[in-house]
Amino acid sequence: MTMPTTDHPLRLAARADRDGLIQRHPEIFRPSPARRIRTGLILALLAGLFAYGLVVLDFDAAKLVTGVGKLGQFLWFMLPPSTGTWAKFFVYLHALAETVAIAFLGTFTAAMLALPVGFLAAKNVVPNVVVHFLSRRIVDTIRGVDELIWALIWVSVVGLGPFAGVLALLCANVGLFSKLFSEAIEAADRKASEGISSTGGGKLHGIRFAILPQVLPIFGSQVLYFFESNTRSATIIGIVGAGGIGLHLAEQIRVLEYQHVSALILMILVTVAIIDQVSTRLRFALIGERGAP
Amino acid sequence: MSSAVPRLPDHQLAALGSAYAEAVSAKRRQLVLGLALFALAYVVAGIVAEVRPTTFFTNLWRFTDYLGRIFTLEQGAAAGRFVLFDPVEWMWGFDKWMKLLWETLLIAYVGTLTGAIGGLLFAFLSARNLTPNSTIGFLAKRWLEFCRTVPEIVFALIFVVAFGLGPVPGVLAIAIHTFGALGKQFAEVAENIDMKPVDGLTATGATWAECMRFAVVPQVLSNFASYALLRFEVNVRGAAVMGFVGAGGIGQDLVEAIRKFYYSDVSAILVLIIATVMVIDLATERLRHHLIGMDNRS
Repeated sequence: MTMPTTDHPLRLAARADRDGLIQRHPEIFRPSPARRIRTGLILALLAGLFAYGLVVLDFDAAKLVTGVGKLGQFLWFMLPPSTGTWAKFFVYLHALAETVAIAFLGTFTAAMLALPVGFLAAKNVVPNVVVHFLSRRIVDTIRGVDELIWALIWVSVVGLGPFAGVLALLCANVGLFSKLFSEAIEAADRKASEGISSTGGGKLHGIRFAILPQVLPIFGSQVLYFFESNTRSATIIGIVGAGGIGLHLAEQIRVLEYQHVSALILMILVTVAIIDQVSTRLRFALIGERGAP
Repeated sequence: MSSAVPRLPDHQLAALGSAYAEAVSAKRRQLVLGLALFALAYVVAGIVAEVRPTTFFTNLWRFTDYLGRIFTLEQGAAAGRFVLFDPVEWMWGFDKWMKLLWETLLIAYVGTLTGAIGGLLFAFLSARNLTPNSTIGFLAKRWLEFCRTVPEIVFALIFVVAFGLGPVPGVLAIAIHTFGALGKQFAEVAENIDMKPVDGLTATGATWAECMRFAVVPQVLSNFASYALLRFEVNVRGAAVMGFVGAGGIGQDLVEAIRKFYYSDVSAILVLIIATVMVIDLATERLRHHLIGMDNRS
């Protein structure tokens, strides 16, 4: 770099005192070798595990190249997106409506069921350690099972169809919402409920008049956010027979109807974008533009 | 200074009072209307999704029955009893399943790392305050959006056709999804940084890449690592079901056990998956708190 002829006084001062600076901030000018070695080791470990993973998982260049070639072909055949006939289009449209209905019912029913559980699992509402621990672990377990697995289980209980999808999404979301709700409740300002108790209000009064008004907008915003994300997940549970557009998507991919695949993906993207817009608007209406999480 | 509170004459007060009552009742009407609309949507959705409460309640016993059955041994000395009476028989495939779980973890790891590196690059391109020019920023943002909106299982389905069965399509699907999700989160972190170091470097004539490396990366690295760890945890869950579409990992065995009604295997595999996810959960949470703690200290 060329030296500028005129220099800022601050910079000149700093340059004049360079040795002093180095002495005062040794960490910046010369990181300790132990730290450097540690960082290097961690990076090497991460890279090593990555390389090991590539080997174990059967990655090889030839496969990737042919795969990418096939993918390119796939993309080429995908254009233009088309569903063939109008009849087919309406079949897909119906499946899409099913998907949105599944997401809607699953999300909002789960939210209603999770409301009492959330209070039960919140430390400041039920201070009992045993109740807290048990409810948290149960919720964790429910959440730990993926919705596709729930879908498989419910299909074997109520049979194929969107109803199984609703139940699957419901289960997965009850776990999620219970956890989120209980955390929001624990973060609520306790002054309000102290005020209620000081006027002689009972525990339930405290919940109804002090905690609920504080957390309800947060809950609403979280539920709306997950409604959008659940629309996305609901598009796939059809893969295991639990209704919605996923069934058609998986089928068209298997029978290599590329144009239908792209049309379906496009339909999903548009639907998700619309729901995204609507739920963002509702969220802002609920909590105000500034309070967006 | 006078401290008298001005009191409005009665006729003005009455007007204000009625306006207030009007506002309150309008709000209440809005709430009732909203609830009615919601209830209507609920019913319509119920019809579209073919919800049949009667089937549900008549079949509910099957769910509890199912739970009971998957926790009952089918073979061995303790056949017909609770699985814990003979854990060895219950976990007969332990070695095989642990190997598959390890494969699942590797799928999640390789996918997350690949996606995170891509997300890192794209975060710098798409963050509003860092993007080299607005067209690149716009394109990068739309691309990330596409990557995260298409569910990973859909990518996996397509990749299975292109790359064949096995873990490769699973890794690629997770990598693409992670790329989209982390790219957005990273960009949001980068949009909140202190821009003074960037200005300083620009003033010394540093190139865009140098600015990113020396002014931005040190500020965002710990937050990025924390988000990447969170994503890894999510991806372990995602990788566990990749096998459903033939993209490797433990999911393959699980879906087979469910479809072929090997009841006790279902519970054994589920328990192993849940235990693994919990361990990863706890471990990454500690690491994340450690990382963020380091950030706050310095």
